[in-house]
Amino acid sequence: MKPFAYHQPAQIPEAAKLLTSIEDSKLVAGGMTLIPTLKQRLASPVALVDLSKLGGLKGITDDGATITIGAMTPHAVVAASKLVQTKIPGLAALASMIGDPAVRSRGTIGGSVANNDPAADYPAGVLGLGATIVTSTREIAADKFFLGLFETALEPGEIITAIRFPVPLRAGYAKFKAPASRYALVGVFVAKFVDGVRVAVTGVGPGVFRVPPMEAALSENFDPSAIAAIKIDTDGLTSDIHAEADYRAHLVTVMAKRAVDAALS
Amino acid sequence: MGNVIGIGASPKRKEDQRFLTGRGNYVSDIKRPGMTAGVFVRSPHGHAILRGIDKSAALASSGVIAVLTGDDVADDGLGSLPCGWGITDAKGVPMKEPPFPMLAQDKVRFVGDMVAFVIAETPEQANAAAELLKIDYEVLPSVVGVLEAVRPGAPQLFDDVPNNICCDWELGDKAAVEAAFRKAAHVAKLSLVNNRLIGNPMEPRAAIAEYEPGTDRFTLWTTSQFPHVVRFLMGALVLNIPQHKLRVVAPDVGGGFGVKQFHYGEEAVITWAAKRVMRPIKWVASRSEGYVSDRHGRDHVTEAELALDETGKFLAFRVNTLANMGGYLSTFGPNIPTNLYGPLLGGVYTTPAIYCNVKVVFTNTVPVDAYRGAGRPEATFVLERIVDVAASEMGIDRVEIRRRNMIPKEAYPYQTPVLVQYDSGDPMGCLDGALVAADVKNFGIRKSESARKGKFRGLGYSTYVEACGLAPSRFAGRLGARGGLYESATVRVHPTGQVTVMIGTHNHGQGHETTFAQIVSDKLGVSFENVDIVFGDTDRVQFGMGTYGSRSLVVGGAALSKATDKVIAKGKKIASHLLEAAEADIQFEAGKFSVAGTDRAKTFEEIAGAAYVPHNYPLEVLEPGLEEQAYYDPVNFTYPGGCHIAEVEVDPETGTVTLVNYTAVDDVGTVINPMIVEGQLHGGIVQGVGQALFENAVYDEGSGQLLSGSLMDYCMPRADHLPMMKVATHSTLCTHTPMGVKGCGEVGTIGSPAAVINAVVDALSHLGVTHVDMPATPNRIWRLLQNASLPVAAE
Repeated sequence: MKPFAYHQPAQIPEAAKLLTSIEDSKLVAGGMTLIPTLKQRLASPVALVDLSKLGGLKGITDDGATITIGAMTPHAVVAASKLVQTKIPGLAALASMIGDPAVRSRGTIGGSVANNDPAADYPAGVLGLGATIVTSTREIAADKFFLGLFETALEPGEIITAIRFPVPLRAGYAKFKAPASRYALVGVFVAKFVDGVRVAVTGVGPGVFRVPPMEAALSENFDPSAIAAIKIDTDGLTSDIHAEADYRAHLVTVMAKRAVDAALS
Repeated sequence: MGNVIGIGASPKRKEDQRFLTGRGNYVSDIKRPGMTAGVFVRSPHGHAILRGIDKSAALASSGVIAVLTGDDVADDGLGSLPCGWGITDAKGVPMKEPPFPMLAQDKVRFVGDMVAFVIAETPEQANAAAELLKIDYEVLPSVVGVLEAVRPGAPQLFDDVPNNICCDWELGDKAAVEAAFRKAAHVAKLSLVNNRLIGNPMEPRAAIAEYEPGTDRFTLWTTSQFPHVVRFLMGALVLNIPQHKLRVVAPDVGGGFGVKQFHYGEEAVITWAAKRVMRPIKWVASRSEGYVSDRHGRDHVTEAELALDETGKFLAFRVNTLANMGGYLSTFGPNIPTNLYGPLLGGVYTTPAIYCNVKVVFTNTVPVDAYRGAGRPEATFVLERIVDVAASEMGIDRVEIRRRNMIPKEAYPYQTPVLVQYDSGDPMGCLDGALVAADVKNFGIRKSESARKGKFRGLGYSTYVEACGLAPSRFAGRLGARGGLYESATVRVHPTGQVTVMIGTHNHGQGHETTFAQIVSDKLGVSFENVDIVFGDTDRVQFGMGTYGSRSLVVGGAALSKATDKVIAKGKKIASHLLEAAEADIQFEAGKFSVAGTDRAKTFEEIAGAAYVPHNYPLEVLEPGLEEQAYYDPVNFTYPGGCHIAEVEVDPETGTVTLVNYTAVDDVGTVINPMIVEGQLHGGIVQGVGQALFENAVYDEGSGQLLSGSLMDYCMPRADHLPMMKVATHSTLCTHTPMGVKGCGEVGTIGSPAAVINAVVDALSHLGVTHVDMPATPNRIWRLLQNASLPVAAE
């Protein structure tokens, strides 16, 4: 690890100011991605701005038609939340499948969403549920937020404060874990709303994406059989030592069916 | 008397108290006054000419004390890292043995090859300076696979090693095998890969070196399974340090599995550097560094053929293997795929003729050496796979074909056609026990239940034997060993009757502090708590060859048993004097020396006291003190074995293989501590399951980059991958070790890969699948099923 300055601001504006005024500064939330990167000397920010002392970024609130999860809420809290388990059980299940117990205790929803790792779980839940990313300056729809490999719509100095999830009629997440890392080799989140179904896929390409043919089929008939014959194109999908693109494409259909099963159970 | 805990009991492990409470003493826990930090700079290229190194910016960096390179090694006239085995080809020509410099000179030959050593006040400063080294590489194409390496036109690692072949080794009667194949009713053929593995002990390698000018002595603390061997190889053959001026300490070590049983260049560099900078230096490998520098295991490509008569009797077995050595010869490297492989190809069967050819090949990869099982898992995998292939092709039940060919219990000792003679065993007994324990008779019901869920269930057998307890020195010498393979133990009885044992094996997870204490407690009748086992320090332990090859109890335990017998013999002489009886009339039992047929007796403590306060003592004929030493060189290997039965369920939709049941019935000879044996079997089986289903070291052909260079990409087996295992022993006693023990450290790893893969193939056999290479990953299984044009599983 290379030396860096460390700041622990108490207010969001102060944090935003540090981020914009110090070139090569980085936010740290749970640190589950950033700290290993620093330890391997793959990143060397001049300063870290730690969000852990900012007020109001933790916790889950019930707004009726939506639930709002503070950006600094750890995965383990979301997984164990009676509120999330009751209103969006698929999201609680997703949180329970992230990493291992240590990662779930430290890692945060805001950190995961801001990082936009192509194999992370939360982007599938956020996009699949059509959530809204609430930041220090504005609100961004999930469909406009995830821009590609580790890229998001966040501006420099913009800090995620919460994610607001609409409560669906049903939702489910199915994850095929990469054997070694246990990131999503393929993860599919399916959510059924009054006005239709959303299907979001993570792990298979440079970023999370929706599958309109599956959404249309499931909007007609919310049953695994409706999508059994729908294959996604292998163009642009990841091939690596664990899985070639055609296998990932195949697993998208399998996991999508299992996500629907989970939503129905 | 106190608390005697003897052979056959399962006390909790003595050493676990300190491990579980964070009071272990590992190399990285040790701090020396004035200690500096060392960092190795490693080649990022698989193959390159080293044109030059500009140290100036690194030397000017904050806190830097020294930067050492291959030129400095050459200037000091230091030796090459030695290979402990010299094998020869069929004509008696010695293997090609190119030098293995401790820091690269002229060329780098694998990603991770050491190029420089940077010493600074802190690890951060050393790392920062390492990034400032300007190293001029001329990158060459790399070759990483054995098939590619022996092809004409392949990149050549060494100018004087044509086609990268280190040795073209063979074993067995080629003509007899060819004759048997000519009259065979059936020939089964199999091509397979034995996947490359990375050991991944929990504790990464580490070392501290210190030079004391006052005594002209060096001390090296290192994560080693054999400190005396490091002292010998490094002191005598690399650094020219006299043995009495070099102390090597291997304190608590967090797992080895073979990875730590070699003399590594890091040990030599840091020891040499400590004198150059006149300060202690510490180096601790990162996990990533371990991936590209810990010696790897396995990595074979094999073609095998089994000749059978019309009844399924094995007539002859022919095996041709290409074995990957990596970029240089490691300490035991060439011995593993040859002497520890070919002689095991007879297995538990009466195959009368066997021929094995192994081409040992250099590639641009980390050197390959022993990893738990070392050669025997590879042999077992080839044999137990082809037995299944033959059974399937001939329409004979897999258990039945094994029975028809098994060596009957009465036929032991059994001379195989490939050098080794099995002293004892009962493979049929192990098989029968395992069939019951695994509830094989109800497998059909379980298979139907799986089918109802859309899953394919399979059962796999592995009836195997291995050779361990390394090793009879004379025999090993004939095969090319350059050292002895005996073991030594000293039993020091203190004046108050407590006992300290100094033993040359090394405990890094095996439970020696418990098992060896039980042997002493049992034999001397002293309290289990009153026995301490000392190991891992060349200044405290007389000598030793260390721990590997399931040898600690077999060879070290035998030395301990012999030394303990000598203590009893001397105690009888002392008792004979004190009790005024003839020595022949003195009995020793349950911690008491007594005169036969009388109630006159002396306790063990009284005898110890008399030995150290020799007022009433036969000083004219007997030395005072009570301390005895023994060296033990075994007359043969030991041959543990058994039957493993794996049961798997395959999800055809995803290709996922789930191990649902696992049963092992093993013959490990006398069991000292059943709990520890069970633990060793569990651990060994899990490592074998890891090879079969998860682990794979993958290199990129051409660049030589290790693609599976972290725990993110190299899949280790985890608790949730495994069922509760059924493990039992069915022992016959070894006829030549003092206690009848055979060793149990590696059997699990040796028997299990074939059992698991045989089960996977069985699960998929209805689709025409005849072989699955390891690891049987979901991706690989799915692709096999695609190629088998499988109808997608039922909903």
